[in-house]
Amino acid sequence: MTPGLVVLAGRYLDWGVISISVTNAAIIAAMVVVFVLALVAPFPHDRDDDGERRP
Amino acid sequence: MSARGSTATAGRNWTVGLRTWVQGLVPSGQALPDRQPVYVASWIYVFGVLSLASFVVVLASGLVLTVGGSLWWHTSSLGHFVNSMHLWSVELFFATMVIHLWGKFWMAAWRGERALTWVTGVLLFVSSIGTAFTGYLSESDFTSQWIAAEGKDGINAIGVGAFFNILNPAQMLLWHVALLPLAVGALVVWHVILVRRHGVVPPLEASAPEPARVGE
Repeated sequence: MTPGLVVLAGRYLDWGVISISVTNAAIIAAMVVVFVLALVAPFPHDRDDDGERRP
Repeated sequence: MSARGSTATAGRNWTVGLRTWVQGLVPSGQALPDRQPVYVASWIYVFGVLSLASFVVVLASGLVLTVGGSLWWHTSSLGHFVNSMHLWSVELFFATMVIHLWGKFWMAAWRGERALTWVTGVLLFVSSIGTAFTGYLSESDFTSQWIAAEGKDGINAIGVGAFFNILNPAQMLLWHVALLPLAVGALVVWHVILVRRHGVVPPLEASAPEPARVGE
């Protein structure tokens, strides 16, 4: 494969049998960041929600 | 027929039976509730409905692509736009579904007789992967040809190549636009009904015998 085609195919990260494109690794990393943010970010709610209004 | 006669036959009526079954699917008032337990006030609980919203966009953009056809989505600017909308809604669908999966896994969401809810979610995930795969095979370009040629040996190796021939674009297109969306749609309905039937799973600490924390 020529160097030009290698560039077209994108950059890959390799750890033994694991081979993943930088793009896919970045997307998975972004999903992990969103997951952690979803756990720690405060969720907006009305003051009324603090009261007991459940039937 | 007298009123007494109609009452007597009502119990054997298919319509009444279906109505009773539909009414019993979800407890009264839980089909579209406007109040949720306090523990649901967290961003981690929104990813299920985000998956659902993405799925609606996937279906709508897919229907438009079906009307236009491959020549339209490859050559016109509007076709490119709808094609991109279909792709990116699928990307969002999978991203939000996987984050939903992570959240539910770490809160052991199969607790409290919710095993079937978990199983339908697993089936949804697997069938969605199959739907996306047949979508890539239906692009009608060199990408789909390459994916089909690369994937055929794997499909044959698991023994399904005889009736699921990924080198047959017409078959893959019909699986993508008819069979698999119906399966995914039915599983979505079943999954959502089960969620409404059993309620949103409480956090792990909420199952402990300690009293609820004050101030929440």
